[in-house]
Amino acid sequence: MEFFKIRKDIPFMKNAVVFNAISFVTFLAAVFFLFSRGLHLSVEFTGGTLMEVSYSQPADLNAVRNQIAKIGLTDVQVQNFGTARDVMIRMPAVKGQSSAQQSEQVLTALKEADATAQLRRTEFVGPQVGDELAADGLKALAFVVIGIMIYLAMRFEWKFAVAAIIANLHDVVIILGFFAFFQWEFSLPVLAAVLAVLGYSVNESVVIFDRIRENFRRYRKMNTVEIIDNAITSTISRTIITHGCTQLMVLSMLLFGGATLHYFALALTIGICFGIYSSVFVAAAIAMWLGIRREDLIKNPTKVAGDPDDENSGAVV
Amino acid sequence: MNRYPFWKYAIIVIALLIGSIYTLPNFFGEAPAVQVSAGKSSVKVDAAVQARVEQALKEANLTPEVLTLDNGSLKVRFDNTDNQLKAKDAIQHALVPDANDASYVVALNLLARSPAWLSALNASPMYLGLDLRGGVHFMLQVDMPAALTKKAESLAGDIRTGLREKNVRHSGISRNGQTIEVRFRDMATLEAAQRVIQDQFVDLQTTSAADGADFKLSATINPVAARRVQEQAIKQNITTLHNRINELGVAEPVIQQQGTDRIVVQLPGVQDTAKAKDILGRTATLEIRMVDDSAEARSAEIGSGPVPFGTERFLERSGQAVIVKKQVILTGENLTDAQPGFDSQSQEAAVHLTLDAKGARIFKDVTRESVGKRMAILLFEKGKGEVVTAPVIRSEIGGGRVQISGRMSTVEANDTALLLRAGSLAAPMEIIEERTIGPSLGAENIAKGFDSVTWGFVAVTAFMCVYYMLFGVFSSVALAVNLLLLVAVLSMLQATLTLPGMAAMALVLGMAIDANVLINERVREELRNGASPQSAIHAGYDRAWATILDSNVTTLIAGLALLAFGSGPVRGFAVVHCLGILTSMFSAVFFSRGLVNVWYGRQKKLQSVSIGTVWRA
Repeated sequence: MEFFKIRKDIPFMKNAVVFNAISFVTFLAAVFFLFSRGLHLSVEFTGGTLMEVSYSQPADLNAVRNQIAKIGLTDVQVQNFGTARDVMIRMPAVKGQSSAQQSEQVLTALKEADATAQLRRTEFVGPQVGDELAADGLKALAFVVIGIMIYLAMRFEWKFAVAAIIANLHDVVIILGFFAFFQWEFSLPVLAAVLAVLGYSVNESVVIFDRIRENFRRYRKMNTVEIIDNAITSTISRTIITHGCTQLMVLSMLLFGGATLHYFALALTIGICFGIYSSVFVAAAIAMWLGIRREDLIKNPTKVAGDPDDENSGAVV
Repeated sequence: MNRYPFWKYAIIVIALLIGSIYTLPNFFGEAPAVQVSAGKSSVKVDAAVQARVEQALKEANLTPEVLTLDNGSLKVRFDNTDNQLKAKDAIQHALVPDANDASYVVALNLLARSPAWLSALNASPMYLGLDLRGGVHFMLQVDMPAALTKKAESLAGDIRTGLREKNVRHSGISRNGQTIEVRFRDMATLEAAQRVIQDQFVDLQTTSAADGADFKLSATINPVAARRVQEQAIKQNITTLHNRINELGVAEPVIQQQGTDRIVVQLPGVQDTAKAKDILGRTATLEIRMVDDSAEARSAEIGSGPVPFGTERFLERSGQAVIVKKQVILTGENLTDAQPGFDSQSQEAAVHLTLDAKGARIFKDVTRESVGKRMAILLFEKGKGEVVTAPVIRSEIGGGRVQISGRMSTVEANDTALLLRAGSLAAPMEIIEERTIGPSLGAENIAKGFDSVTWGFVAVTAFMCVYYMLFGVFSSVALAVNLLLLVAVLSMLQATLTLPGMAAMALVLGMAIDANVLINERVREELRNGASPQSAIHAGYDRAWATILDSNVTTLIAGLALLAFGSGPVRGFAVVHCLGILTSMFSAVFFSRGLVNVWYGRQKKLQSVSIGTVWRA
C-alpha cells in the first residue's frame, strides 16, 4: 500500500505567506480568547475542593445544586463527570473551614436527599500549592524552550532553533486558545500533554531540517526555496503516517480512557494536528525568511563527515 | 552486509529474557494477605513473632499459602478474603491483647501471587499509585516560622540565665518575632553581653544599634542553626506521624519529606478519611505532676485501698500503677526538646530534657522543695493518660536541663525520648493538599488505562502490518518488545504507576513507532531510487539513525522538564514518558534491525523485500 505518489515537488514555499497568515490569524484568535475568556483552571491550580459523587440513578444536577446552596456554600460548580450518574462538585476554599469539614458537610447533605450518593474521590488543594504549580509549569515551559533551542543550535544553527521554537510555541498557544474558547478544564495532565506536544512537534521540524541540510549538500544547483520544497515533499509521507499512528493511540485514549484522560487526549489531538501544520508550513518558512544559506550548514567541508558531494553522507530520512 | 555479530544477538536475547522475567509478576495478580509490622520502635518482628503467628493460625485452623518475613514485617498470604479476615482476627488476638497499647500493627494487605522463584529474583509487579488502587493522599505543610519562634523563645530564656551568671546587667530581654532584643544602659555592658552571647550561643548572630537613650542588642538565629532547627522540626513531625499512623493499621503507609517544609502521607487502601485526618491532626499533651507517696496512696497503688482525694491513678507502660496528684506542674508546651543519651558520669542510658525559661524556673522551685520524692511525666492521647516515666528527684535542678536516668536500657531511653517528643509536634502542620480515591474508581482507572493502551496498540500494529507488510510486522514486534521492556523497567525500579503514567505509556508507543516509520520510509525510498534490497535495508537503518536520535533527544528534553518541575500526576507521566523514549531507542532501532537481519541477512541473492508498494517514478 502507498498513499503518497508525489512525482513533483510541491511548491509549499510559494504560498508561505498565505500559510503563515492563516497561522498568524489563528494565533491572534487564540491569544484573544486567552485574554477575553481566560483558562478554566482546575482545582489543582486555583485551590479549593473537588468531590466526585456517584449515584445509582442519573443525577439531577439542579437538585444537587440546591442541596449544596442550602448548607450555605456559594460559588459551587456542579457538573456531570463522564456519565450521567457521576457528579463533580468544585468548591472554592473557604476560610476558617477545613476541606474535610466542607466535603463531609456536602456529602451528608447529598446523602439526606438521596441515600445512594457515594463519594468516589475528593481532592483538596490549598491556595499556596496552586500558585506553586502555576510557577512550576512556567518554569518547565522555559526549560523545554531553552533546552530545545540550545540543542538545535548545536545540531543545526541558531536560525533553525529560532524557527522551530516560534513555530511550536505557536502550537502551544493555539492549544491553550482552544481550552480558553471552549472553557475546557485545564488540569495538570493537560499541562503535561502540552509540554509533551512541544517536544513532539519540535521533532517534526527536526526531521524536515535534517532533510534541508542534506539537500543543501546534495543538490548544489537548487536555490533555497526549491531545497525546502523538496525536503518537505520527500518527508511528507513519513510525517503524515507517524502522526496518524500517534493519533490512533490518542484516539484510543479519547475513546477508552474515560473522563480523567479526556482533556489530556484532546490537548494531544489538537497538538498533533497543529504540530503537522506548523512544522511543515511555518517552521520551514520562518527559517527561509531568517535567511538560511548553504554556507551556514556546511561551514567547513573538511570537518563534515565524508565528502559533501557524496550523496550518501550525513543524516537523511 | 546485514548481519549482526553474535554478541549483538546475545544482547537482544538477554534483554528479552530479563524483560520477560521482570514483566511476568504483573500477570499473576494479587492475593489477600495479612501483614504484621512493629508498632513501636522498641519491638521487632522476628522469628519469635513468626512462631507466635504460626501458632495462632494453627489454633484457628488456618493454613496460609505463603508466610514470609522480610524487612521487619511478616506477610501471610491466603487464598481468599474470608480466610484473610479470620486470620487477621486470630493474629490480632494473639499479638495485640490490648488494642490501646498496640506493640504490633496487624493490617490487611494485597500481596503479589507470583511464585517463589520470581520473588527470589526480586521481581515484583509494578507499584500502583493511589489513583489506581484507591486510598488517601495528604500533603502537610509544617509551619516553620512557628518552630523558629519556639526556638527563639527558649533561647531568650537561656540568654537571661547566661547574662545573670556572668553578672551582666541588662534592662530587659524581649522576643520580637524570631529576633531576641536585649536592652542596655551603656555601650560597655552591651559589648560585655555580646561577648557572652558569642561565647555561649553559637547558634545566634548579633547586631547592635542605638535605640533612643538605650543601646539595643538584637540576636537572630543564624542560617545554619535555623536550617538545623527546621530539619529537626520536620523529622520530629515525621516520627510523630509514624506513630499515629501505626494505629490506623495501614499495610504500606508512605510518609516522606518533600522539599524543606512539607510532608507527604499516602495511605493506600484507607477509605475513612475523616478518621485518618483526625488521627494525623491529633495533638498529644504532656504533663508533669508529682507522685503521691503517702501511705494511702501506696495501698491504692497495689489496689488494696481507694484512690486518695486529689489524686488520680495511672498505669506505667510496664503495667505498674502510679498514684499522681491532680495538680499540673508543667505541660508539654514548656518542653523544648527530649533526646536520648548517656549519663556523663555513670554512662547509664538517659533521656535529656530541655525546658524553656518559664519551665526551668518552675522546675527549679519544685525540685528544690521535693528532693527524694518522685515526679511523673504523663502523656495524654485520646483523653487517656499514661505514665511515661516516674523518676526520683535527686537534687535541685536549675537551668532547664533535666536528665532522667536509671534502670533504663538504650532502647527504652530512645522510646521514652520519642514519646516525650511526640507529646507535642515540633511545629504546627496544616493539610494543604488532599486526595481520596475510592477502590472502585481505582479498579476502573486501571481498566481504562489498560483498554487505552491495548486498543491503541492493536490499531497501530494493524495499520503497520497492512501498510508495510513484513516490515510492518517487524515494527509491530519491536513495538511489543518496547512495551515489554517498559513494563519490565517500571517493575524493576518499582516506580509508581499512575493513570497519567498509563497515558504516557500509550503516548510513548504512538511516538516510538515514528522511528520505524522513518526507517521503513527510508528503505522504500532507497528501493525506489534503484538500490538493491540488501543495500536499501542497510542504508535505511543507517541513515534514519541520526534523525531518530535528534527527534528523541528533543522529546526527552520535554520529558526531563516535566520530571524536574512536575509534581503529583505530572511526575507519574514524566517517569514513564522518559523511560519509554529510552527503551524505544533499543527496540525500534537495535532490536528491529536484528529481526530484519535474521530474516533477510543470510540471503545473498535477495530479489525483493516485503515492505509494501514501492512505486517508481
